[in-house]
Amino acid sequence: MIALERRVAPSRAWQAIAPLLAVLLTMFAGGIMFAALGTDPFEAIRTIFWDPIFGEFAWYFRGQLLIKAGPLILIAVGLAMGFRAGIWNIGAEGQYIMGAICGAAAGLAFYPSESALIFPMMIAFGALGGFAWAMIPALLRIRFGTNEILVSLMLVYVAENVLASAAVSWLRNPDAVGFPGSRNLSRWDAAANPELIAGTGAHWGVLLAVLVVVAAQIFLTRHLMGFHIRLTGAAPLAAAFAGVRPARLVVFCLGLAGALAGLAGLFEVTGPAGQISIDFASGYGFTAIIVAFLGRLNPIGILLAGMLMALTYVGGDNVATNLGLPIAAISAFQGMLLFFLLALDVLANFRLRRSIGRRQAVTSGASPSRSVEDAPLGGAAE
Amino acid sequence: MTALLTLEGITKTYPGVIANADISFQIQPGEIHALLGENGAGKSTLVKTIYGLVRPDRGSMRLNGAPFAPSEPRAARAAGVAMVFQHFSLFEALSVAENVGLGMESPPPMRDLAQRIRDVSQTYGLPLDPGRRVGDLSAGERQRVEIVRCLLQDPRLLIMDEPTSVLTPQEAEVLFATLRKLSAEGAAILYISHKLDEIRALCEAATILRGGRVVGQCDPRETSAADLAERMVGTQITASQARPSALGAALLTVTDLSLLPATQFGTALRQISLEVRAGEILGIGGVAGNGQDELLGALSGERLSALGTVTLGGQDLSRAGPDARRRAGLLAAPEERLGHAAAPDMSLTENAALTGVSRKGLARRGFLRWGAARSFAQEVIDRFDVRTPGAGATARSLSGGNLQKFVIGREVLQAPRVLVVNQPTWGVDAAAAAAIRQALMDLAAGGAGVVVISQDLDELLAVSDRFTALNEGRLSPPRPASEMTVDRIGLMLGGAGDLEPAHV
Repeated sequence: MIALERRVAPSRAWQAIAPLLAVLLTMFAGGIMFAALGTDPFEAIRTIFWDPIFGEFAWYFRGQLLIKAGPLILIAVGLAMGFRAGIWNIGAEGQYIMGAICGAAAGLAFYPSESALIFPMMIAFGALGGFAWAMIPALLRIRFGTNEILVSLMLVYVAENVLASAAVSWLRNPDAVGFPGSRNLSRWDAAANPELIAGTGAHWGVLLAVLVVVAAQIFLTRHLMGFHIRLTGAAPLAAAFAGVRPARLVVFCLGLAGALAGLAGLFEVTGPAGQISIDFASGYGFTAIIVAFLGRLNPIGILLAGMLMALTYVGGDNVATNLGLPIAAISAFQGMLLFFLLALDVLANFRLRRSIGRRQAVTSGASPSRSVEDAPLGGAAE
Repeated sequence: MTALLTLEGITKTYPGVIANADISFQIQPGEIHALLGENGAGKSTLVKTIYGLVRPDRGSMRLNGAPFAPSEPRAARAAGVAMVFQHFSLFEALSVAENVGLGMESPPPMRDLAQRIRDVSQTYGLPLDPGRRVGDLSAGERQRVEIVRCLLQDPRLLIMDEPTSVLTPQEAEVLFATLRKLSAEGAAILYISHKLDEIRALCEAATILRGGRVVGQCDPRETSAADLAERMVGTQITASQARPSALGAALLTVTDLSLLPATQFGTALRQISLEVRAGEILGIGGVAGNGQDELLGALSGERLSALGTVTLGGQDLSRAGPDARRRAGLLAAPEERLGHAAAPDMSLTENAALTGVSRKGLARRGFLRWGAARSFAQEVIDRFDVRTPGAGATARSLSGGNLQKFVIGREVLQAPRVLVVNQPTWGVDAAAAAAIRQALMDLAAGGAGVVVISQDLDELLAVSDRFTALNEGRLSPPRPASEMTVDRIGLMLGGAGDLEPAHV
């Protein structure tokens, strides 16, 4: 039998190579899956990972890469702050939608003004929309002790319905006879979020994502509030002893994640998406949860994870169109990536050991036989 | 006569630590055998080896002459080895009988089990009602549940890990009577403790461990306590120095403090009033679970109380959180080191910042000055002789005694006006405990007020100027410590009404 034994301290070597190993294992297992589906696995893997960056049509895909990575990173950084502190905002998708609607609505109220203040104002309202939507689960949790996972998730479905109503009625383009969807914001100069450098896909939102990564890294490692966030996640009782006020943390983490998700939505609706439409919500808010964990809730890691996830999206689309693989296979492929990463993560904290006896080292924590809990110093000394 | 248990050359190493090195000794049937040693001496690893929780790297054991190598506790129990842990593993929401049944391989029907529990507790003088909920029991009663659970297996060897750390002196006497009766019936007992008087009163043989090795074997009845202590620690222990008691003005005043428990199994604080003067150490005794954690929380600021209940030098802190109280000079060190006083997976530098931010000026405009925090952590490490590779080590990597020195040192070096500590030397080796007590006394000598909440009565008698006891959330009127003896304190602690000696 093989048993898991807790390491005295997490292995840094494992933590470093786990993401790489996870990608390799995903390629291997995914290759088997693709082969089973009757596609040449090598060609499929190449189409996903290589072609978007170096292939014949890379000039198109590279732009798509940043367009997809930008919102993922922006949202994931905000979510990671909360996840670090044990505040589980699952509703970034809703905050993303509400940010886009609020920002778009604020801008469209002044249509067709060409004032230079329109875009900054829309950005402010985008952030505000996401923030306000996130405040609902935050305040309910503080006041009534509700579960923010459920409330924030349910609010996604509410937001989707608000989106549908905005697209077909109150934000509908009055000049487009009968068609749902708002005016095209990307074609209205005062509200457009253009590509900053042609061919890169980098718009204002991508730039902001990079800035947010840097700021979040500094905030987490140097700022007292960031320290309190890490402390709350690592040892909640110690955080209370240090004087961390949980309510403040809930408002801060949910509010920040909401505002960032709202901004991501605003930059999307004014740029790549162009308008509020029924199908505006594309799942960034949910995928960002995966990105946050793939990046180990660390801003720099999230930057890399966001790029990788964008690559599997762009490459996945590519493989679906060119090799005719079903979209579900691509989703399974992305799922494998998360699975392998989490599985390998276990090995950073535990070591594999061949045990001679039956079910020796791993004992259920709830069982009164105490074998695991009984080694409080990780089994050392004593 | 064949020995009941023979250990030969037991060796166990962990990365970087030799927990047990070539340990050999014997336990005779019916013998009460003491295993003595400081924290970190390897006692726990050794008994876990005997109980099948740890596999030795080398060496062998024989039980009644037959090879004995349990691969898991179940195998050890089947061979007649039972163990009562220092920390109980009971489900608070279940009844006594249900808890006992959960620990058995094939529990009998609940009614039979309840009857057997009553029989065993009668025979051995361990009063216990099988129908009561464990959450409502005192620590002493919970220990009885664990012991009864072991006795139902008719053990030939009973291992007891620091059993008296949660008992009043009277409860301990009852336990000793039980153990003597068991021993008279032929069961051997391996008794782990560092309370020397206890061992000298109870045990017939002793094996002393230091640094993972056997450093001596003796008959504790014929060896002096000082001699035992010296062998255990390896150096002579200096007794804490007495200090002049020049008491100043009242610093911390608690008036009529009542607080509902935060959790279902907590204890309510009832109309607690106390006063701590400058230069004074107020000792608060009591068996665990009588409101100690709640009192510490109410003083540290983790729990807020009604206006006017907690004041420091005239300033009302009742509604102030932990950080505001620290700024005002009221500091605290909770009982649970890992997870409450310190974050296990964070470095000592980060843990120094955990409480030191305000008083040590470790943050500027909201940004932490990690350099300053590291210096502060290093200062604590140097001044309190914390054995660790450096300030970058995680709190989890420190032994209990070293982490406790760090936690106490962190508060002491912030120059508190009043420091409240809960179980400052619980599970800490003798040398570290002496250092911690000395630091608390020095702090008081320097004009601070100190509140020591502890279950260790010897400790309270050694350091306190005045003594009071916490029982079911109520505080008894304080008495000068000079008037107290261990017996009188024991009576003050109360809750000993249902005790009776074993029917031998």
